[in-house]
Amino acid sequence: MSESSTVNVAFEGRTYPPSGPYAVTAAQIAAFADAVGSDDPMHRDPEVARAAGYADVIAPPTFAVSLSQQADRAYVTDPEAGIDFSRVVHGEMRFAHHRPITAGDEILAELTVDSIRMAGGHAMITTRVELTATGEPVCTATSTIVVRGGE
Amino acid sequence: MAVRTAAETEAGDVFGPVTVPVGRETLVAYANASGDQNPIHQDEHFAKSVGLPDVIAHGMWTMGAAGSVVSDWAGGAGRVVEFGTRFTKPVVVPASGAEVVIDGVVKAVDPETGRATVEVTATAEGAKVLGRCIAIVQLD
Repeated sequence: MSESSTVNVAFEGRTYPPSGPYAVTAAQIAAFADAVGSDDPMHRDPEVARAAGYADVIAPPTFAVSLSQQADRAYVTDPEAGIDFSRVVHGEMRFAHHRPITAGDEILAELTVDSIRMAGGHAMITTRVELTATGEPVCTATSTIVVRGGE
Repeated sequence: MAVRTAAETEAGDVFGPVTVPVGRETLVAYANASGDQNPIHQDEHFAKSVGLPDVIAHGMWTMGAAGSVVSDWAGGAGRVVEFGTRFTKPVVVPASGAEVVIDGVVKAVDPETGRATVEVTATAEGAKVLGRCIAIVQLD
C-alpha cells in the first residue's frame, strides 16, 4: 500500500477558521525584499511608497507566502489530515493580489482545502488562503503540494 | 523607478537575462524572512541524508527572485497583480554558491486594462527550474 493513501480525502472542501491577525511590519518587508534581491525603494522608503499612493512601504509580490504558509500549517500538521510532511514537495504557487500587502496591515488568513487528487501513488493537494485586512481582500494565495507516495 | 506604460509595451518584448547569485547565506536570510526553516534549504548533511544532491534553494526563493526581476521591469513591486508558477526542478546550492538566470517575454498586452501578461524563464545550470511562470502586471 502506498504512503499517499494516508492522505485523508475527506478534508477536501474544508475551510479552517481564519488564523492571525498577522501584523506586517516594515522590518519584515525589508528583510524579505533583501532575501529575494529586490532593491525597489517601495519596500524601504515610506515617502516613495506614499508618493505612489500606498499607505506605507509595500511587500514584494511573493511575501504573502510567509502568511499563507502559517495558515497552511493548521491543515498540514493536523494528524487527521494524514499528511507526512517529510514527503511533501511544493508543486505550484499562485498569487492574485487585490492590493499590495502594506506595512501596518493586520492580516487574517483563511484556508480552504480546494482539492485533493490522487495520481500515480501521489496525492496532490491544492489549498487556497484568502488574506484580508479589516474585512477587505488583500491577496488570494493558492498552493499545490505533492505528497509523494511510498513503496 | 519609472513605471512602464502599456503604450510602449507589446507582445514579443523581452527583458533580462538577469543573473542572480544564490549562496547558503541567501537561503538562511530567506528562511528567516519567510519562516520556512526546512533544513533541506540550509543543512547539507540533512539534505544529502534525504537523497538530495546538496542543499537546494526554496522554490519560493526562486519565485521571489523572479518576482523582483518582473517588478523592476514593470516599474514597482505593486505592479505585479497576479503571479504563478510550477516548481519543476530544484536549484542546487553547493557551498560555493550557484546562479539563477531570469528573463521574460511579453505574451500579451490588454490596451483596455493596461495589463501585460509576461512569461518568465528561470534557469540554473542551463536547466529550467520554474514551469509556466506567468505574471500579470499593471502598466500605466
